[in-house]
Amino acid sequence: MSALQVQAEAPLAAGRARGRQARRWYRQPALMAGIVILVVVVGMALAAPLLTSYNPIAQNLNASLLGPGAHHLLGTDQLGRDTFTRLLYGLRLDLRIAFIAVLFPFVLGVVLGSLAGYFGGWVDVIIMRLVDIVVAFPFYVLVIALVFVLGPGERSIYIAITAVSWVAYARIIRGEILVAKRQDYVTAARAGGLSSLRIMGRHLLPNVITQAFIYAMSDIIQDILAIVTLGYLGLGIPPPTADLGSMINDGQNFLSTHWQLTTTPGLVVVFVGLGLSLVGDGLADLLRPGQ
Amino acid sequence: MNRDEAAGPLLSARDVAVSFPVGSRVAARIRGEEHRLRAVDGVDMEMRRGEALALVGESGSGKSTLAQALAGLQRPDRGEIRFDGRVLPASRSRADRRRIQMVFQDPYSSLNPRLTVGGMLRELLRVHHVVPANRVATFSAELLALVGLAETDLAAYPRQFSGGQRQRVAIARALALRPDVLVADEPVSALDVSVQATILNLLRNLRDDLGLTLLLISHNLAVVRHLCDRVAVMYLGRIVEVAPTEQIFSAPRHPYTRALLAAIPRMTEGAADGSVPAIAGDPPSPLRIPAGCRFRTRCPMAQPRCAAEDPALAEAPGDAGHLAACHFAFVPAVDGETGT
Amino acid sequence: MSAETILEVRDLRVRIASRRGLVRAVDGVSFDVPRGGALGLVGESGSGKTMTLRAILGVLPPEAQITSGEIRLDGVDLVQLRGSDVNRLRGPKMAMIFQEPMGALNPVMRVGWQIAEGPQVHLGLSRGRAAERALELMRRVGIPDPERRFRAYPHEFSGGMRQRVMIAIALSCDPEIILCDEPTTALDVTIQDQILRLLTRLCRESGVSLVFVTHDLPVVAQVCRDVAVMYGGQLVERGEVREVLLDPRHPYTLGLVRSAPDFEYVRESLVPIPGSPPSLVSPPSGCRFHPRCAFAEDDCRTSETPLRPLPGVPGGRSTACLHYERTLEAVEADRARP
Repeated sequence: MSALQVQAEAPLAAGRARGRQARRWYRQPALMAGIVILVVVVGMALAAPLLTSYNPIAQNLNASLLGPGAHHLLGTDQLGRDTFTRLLYGLRLDLRIAFIAVLFPFVLGVVLGSLAGYFGGWVDVIIMRLVDIVVAFPFYVLVIALVFVLGPGERSIYIAITAVSWVAYARIIRGEILVAKRQDYVTAARAGGLSSLRIMGRHLLPNVITQAFIYAMSDIIQDILAIVTLGYLGLGIPPPTADLGSMINDGQNFLSTHWQLTTTPGLVVVFVGLGLSLVGDGLADLLRPGQ
Repeated sequence: MNRDEAAGPLLSARDVAVSFPVGSRVAARIRGEEHRLRAVDGVDMEMRRGEALALVGESGSGKSTLAQALAGLQRPDRGEIRFDGRVLPASRSRADRRRIQMVFQDPYSSLNPRLTVGGMLRELLRVHHVVPANRVATFSAELLALVGLAETDLAAYPRQFSGGQRQRVAIARALALRPDVLVADEPVSALDVSVQATILNLLRNLRDDLGLTLLLISHNLAVVRHLCDRVAVMYLGRIVEVAPTEQIFSAPRHPYTRALLAAIPRMTEGAADGSVPAIAGDPPSPLRIPAGCRFRTRCPMAQPRCAAEDPALAEAPGDAGHLAACHFAFVPAVDGETGT
Repeated sequence: MSAETILEVRDLRVRIASRRGLVRAVDGVSFDVPRGGALGLVGESGSGKTMTLRAILGVLPPEAQITSGEIRLDGVDLVQLRGSDVNRLRGPKMAMIFQEPMGALNPVMRVGWQIAEGPQVHLGLSRGRAAERALELMRRVGIPDPERRFRAYPHEFSGGMRQRVMIAIALSCDPEIILCDEPTTALDVTIQDQILRLLTRLCRESGVSLVFVTHDLPVVAQVCRDVAVMYGGQLVERGEVREVLLDPRHPYTLGLVRSAPDFEYVRESLVPIPGSPPSLVSPPSGCRFHPRCAFAEDDCRTSETPLRPLPGVPGGRSTACLHYERTLEAVEADRARP
């Protein structure tokens, strides 16, 4: 190989560009506040057994309807169960369910959306018609109907929510892929003889998945609300398991005398929702292209 | 690399046409337009091994679409593309894809922002088994050295590079599969002037050193003159003239080629003193291609025959290397001025 | 200010606030544009040519600011004027033509009314008179079938036609000077040819002055009489266009000319300019070009390099290079080669 007449160019700032991006995220106050809230909430949920020695379902009718005090931080409910304990365990359960309930639609929606966006043609038509069918029904109507049919319990919740929530992810990913597949680097990958599967998985998805993540943040909130609502309607996790929704429902009867039974679980839901919302917005700002 | 003289072209196209659907059939008929956009409308061409051919034309000429069809990235409606004598099927095998690789115009969208340079090369080398697994890293470093980048650049992401450097990465990627043909679609149009030189020199040296066959798509005739042996001029989906570079510039035969050359701004010419432009009006819409010769609506030499008969790409008498699609290309009597 | 000069720019400095620091986009630029004359401003991306133009027109992006300098248009210093006063000048005194017509035209307003808007607002013409004027302008810029096209929307026009519309808008209030920002870069070469000829004819007919920004050397040679070359936010050379391009006296100009493939001179090998454009946040000391310059000496690093007139060369040539004889030698050596 003969010597090439190529001029040397300035040395690269290797890694410097990346460092700049990483340093920025903790300068965002909203994002940081959201993260702090979530850390506190999740921390408390995880540490539930350490924070309280009571059993959330153990009844003690002698100690029913006590006000907040030394032994019971938030008092007890009508069956003598410690409210604080039930709050922590309820949070634990609901967070877990919400997280898993977001995962399945995410995966299903992303897969179907990618196929629809990349291949187009009849694959796209079929998947989009499915989307249209699901979207025609209001969210709660469908979820409640499905849970009703499948019977209450964790499994039913997962199935119902997955069957309804996947469509949002599918649409988001499909839209992003329709745009991204026109980029030259995708054409170059095709020219390089890479298989469609590899192109979708390694080249397209990593570049478009951020929008789906951001949406997932608000979706978790929606799922928490759905689970709480189902619990409130008696279609959630059957008693006596502690669950924020059923706690709100149960405590309603004592609103005038022991308001903390209903309001504290409600406040917890609001607080968690706030944290997730802040993180979602913060991520959206951070990941906006061009910044 | 003395296979240049081997019999038969390396890459050839026969009656290739590519069209795109546009809107609804009914609406198109109402407007009196065609329902499909004929981007490439029957093209014959050949490339010999080791040569550098330029596809030149303005927007709407179909040059990029033709290049993509040759590279297997666009499915032709009809026609046949042959590589080394063998017909290439519409959906190409991995082995066939290796033969023809492409470099794109926009350095900012042609590299995957999430992959490092090394990652990108590694994937291609592995999938095609270009070199044994334990040689992948060394070969990647060699590829970068070939285009004038350092081994340390393997770990970098595209956003850390300038436009010119990105194009070099794109060239390295194209060369990774050891192709026979490199298709470069406006490789320097998006770069600053002083950086263009680096890339053009690089392409020239790679041609000389690796014996690459180069298909260059460009609207810039100065670049073409610097880099290519032969030029094919396209207009509204057809090739209207093909000839060796110097002949195209010194003795163009097709009125469109002449107009194109006359339109190029010159440093030596006096300030354009408002004289008549090389060509008047706008090109016709590709959805309403004129019947007969498609250039006749803007041609200074148009005659009734031009509306009736569509001229075929014909050889100059006595010069098989120069072809033009004009009824009066080689008729001395009707010759206007010759080209610059 | 002499009666012969329509625009005088003195020591213009524009800073842009960015995350990386203060960008000195334009750092001490001075030039004159004679009445009826055409000045080309040539440079690559990051040279500051577009910012200079926008500063003159007063349409800098919010993060950019003129920090010092004077811009005298027909005697009035634009830098000192408040926003609303400058607004009154846009149209009747100065107008601008942009690179991307689709972005500069209002997509939901009919083209004829966009041309008529200026005369209505600035010249106080009635709707009817303004529309007549618009039609006349459309004819002048060569838009066929103007009566019908008046009511069309921008997306119905081709690129070349849209550029003609922009020129019509620019001319609509009879400005004294038109600022052009790469108006033909996005156009095909045959359309570019039409637009450049149109522009030069119109300017000659009406005596309008031009400031023409481009990176394309042959284009500036066709349109302008004088040219100023920009690098790193400063001017490095100025003079009559063909002289500067064919007989440069600054190593950067020489580098530009040598690295650009030119249609007429088929060079054996293009010589790229080594290195990369300077940082405008912390530019090199002394002459900004010195890190990339083959002729650099010690004083290039330490001394300031304003434009200085070249002795003995008629026609107002100036260069910022301290050792321009070396460029001269290189030019002569190039010419001597077969």
